[in-house]
Amino acid sequence: MSSAPLAPPDAARLVMNRARWRFSEIVFWIAAFATIFLFPGRHLILTEIAILGLFALSLDLILGYAGIISLGQAAFFGFGGYCAGLLAQHQLVTEPALALVIAGVASAALGFVTSFLVLRGSDLTRIMVTLGIALVLRELGNRYDGLTGGTDGLQGIVIDPLFGQFRFDIFGHTAYAYSLAVLFILFLLARRIVNSPFGLSLRAVKGNPLRASAIGISVNGRLVAVYTIAAGYAGVAGALLTQTTQFASLDMFSFERSADVLLMLIIGGTGYLYGGVFGALIFKLMQDWLASLTPQYWQFWIGLVLVVIVLVGRERLEPLRGAIRKRILRLRPRKTAA
Amino acid sequence: MPTVLATENLDKRFGGIVAASNVSLKVESGARHALIGPNGAGKTTLVNLLTGVLRPSAGRIMFDGRDITDLKPHERVRLGIARTFQINQLFADLTPLETLGVAISERRGSGRDWWRLAGSKHGVMEESIELIERFHLADVMSARTAILPYGKQRLLEIALAFACRPRVLLLDEPAAGVPEAERHEILATVAALPHDVTVLLIEHDMDLVFSFADCISVLVNGALLTEGAPEAIARDPRVRAVYLGEAANV
Repeated sequence: MSSAPLAPPDAARLVMNRARWRFSEIVFWIAAFATIFLFPGRHLILTEIAILGLFALSLDLILGYAGIISLGQAAFFGFGGYCAGLLAQHQLVTEPALALVIAGVASAALGFVTSFLVLRGSDLTRIMVTLGIALVLRELGNRYDGLTGGTDGLQGIVIDPLFGQFRFDIFGHTAYAYSLAVLFILFLLARRIVNSPFGLSLRAVKGNPLRASAIGISVNGRLVAVYTIAAGYAGVAGALLTQTTQFASLDMFSFERSADVLLMLIIGGTGYLYGGVFGALIFKLMQDWLASLTPQYWQFWIGLVLVVIVLVGRERLEPLRGAIRKRILRLRPRKTAA
Repeated sequence: MPTVLATENLDKRFGGIVAASNVSLKVESGARHALIGPNGAGKTTLVNLLTGVLRPSAGRIMFDGRDITDLKPHERVRLGIARTFQINQLFADLTPLETLGVAISERRGSGRDWWRLAGSKHGVMEESIELIERFHLADVMSARTAILPYGKQRLLEIALAFACRPRVLLLDEPAAGVPEAERHEILATVAALPHDVTVLLIEHDMDLVFSFADCISVLVNGALLTEGAPEAIARDPRVRAVYLGEAANV
């Protein structure tokens, strides 16, 4: 056992290694932004992918990093969506970017209030409680149809040009650039959060709540905090959907939406931030492709893929991912020796 | 010596089972206090009561003259009571360096910082390194905890409690399950704990207890049977009868 004398900066490097920007990440984001120019005809579906990616990211924050399972993340998605819709419909806030921030903060506030309900209990109770919250919100929307438009949805939303400059066009060019930029910014923020001391303590809480509290961490405090943040993320995703489609409906609160986002996360992988984004990408492309092949039975194939993923197991798919990674790394330019 | 940690008539019942009955234990500041007793005597229950994992059915727990009976586990840690677990309770996906960093940041009040990278505080890293070396973890410090040899996990278990800079450290069978070859490393580490830290040791290993403790309490069926210096305990016929029976030749 030869242990060379250690210096704090070396140790710091070892800890911060997790947060290092990988080459493949940089490539990914460059490619993502390149799609703005490369696929101008596909901006509608790309917008949807970016929004769902953000939504899945929100679920990953609580499930992947804090171990809170939720089948009701749509509660915040819908709430954010209706916030943005109402702000625009009543001309309260006409700047879309500002309305987006307000919708996110409002959803986070709702997340904070409801977080206390999910603190206690097992996974099963959490699934039930989160599901229940989404159902309650949906029915509230149904009941107060004077405000929400009930089952007809929120009609007559007109979204002003972004920053007073960029009009939302029918091809979705502005919408896509806007959604992708929001996803990127919130992704950066999430990346910062999960690699911070706070993020590390979340992993500790997820790994072993008993021990986490035995080293002085307020487990409930951390769970409330991350649940609140994730609710804000989901709210922004919902608000983006409302703004880019100029429509909000009660379907935003639906169980299917909560279930779909969980599916995306499982497909992409939990516990790393790209899982949600990749999951949304794969899910949406697969859905789009399958729907064009078999318009009526595409869900059959989605179901089959899901069963295969769970049965084969992520571990056994891992070598495949490793091989792909190696392939990508081979493309990497040689670093010049410093 | 002033008393730092004390229980007053502590009771704990699980349904009809009495796990602690009228326990009044006093731990003196700076002591090397051992708690022994046969299996099922309620030793771990007592640790769980002291650290707030369990709430007593009756009685009080005092720390430094203050009633802490109603404090939550993490609040007691902040006051200066830390513990290790009989069965490792570690963070499988974190490295020892990260594990210790979490505890140290938490104690220094920077554990909730979300805007800076973990590892960017010099003081925290300095302290982590100190602990890594003190507890012989340098060669595994950046490996996932889940894949560490059991003996190293045991050391990390103690290091993690120590990272909380406790005034009272509760060690719940620190050498439990450690193979003979790695045992001396644990025992040496326990023996080398600084004397300003009060230690309450729960242990089955009589060699360790008698070489380490300056005061021993014997727990039987959830109640304190007797208490005293190691020599007196070793001579006590009641203790021999209930506990040392098979190990009377120590």
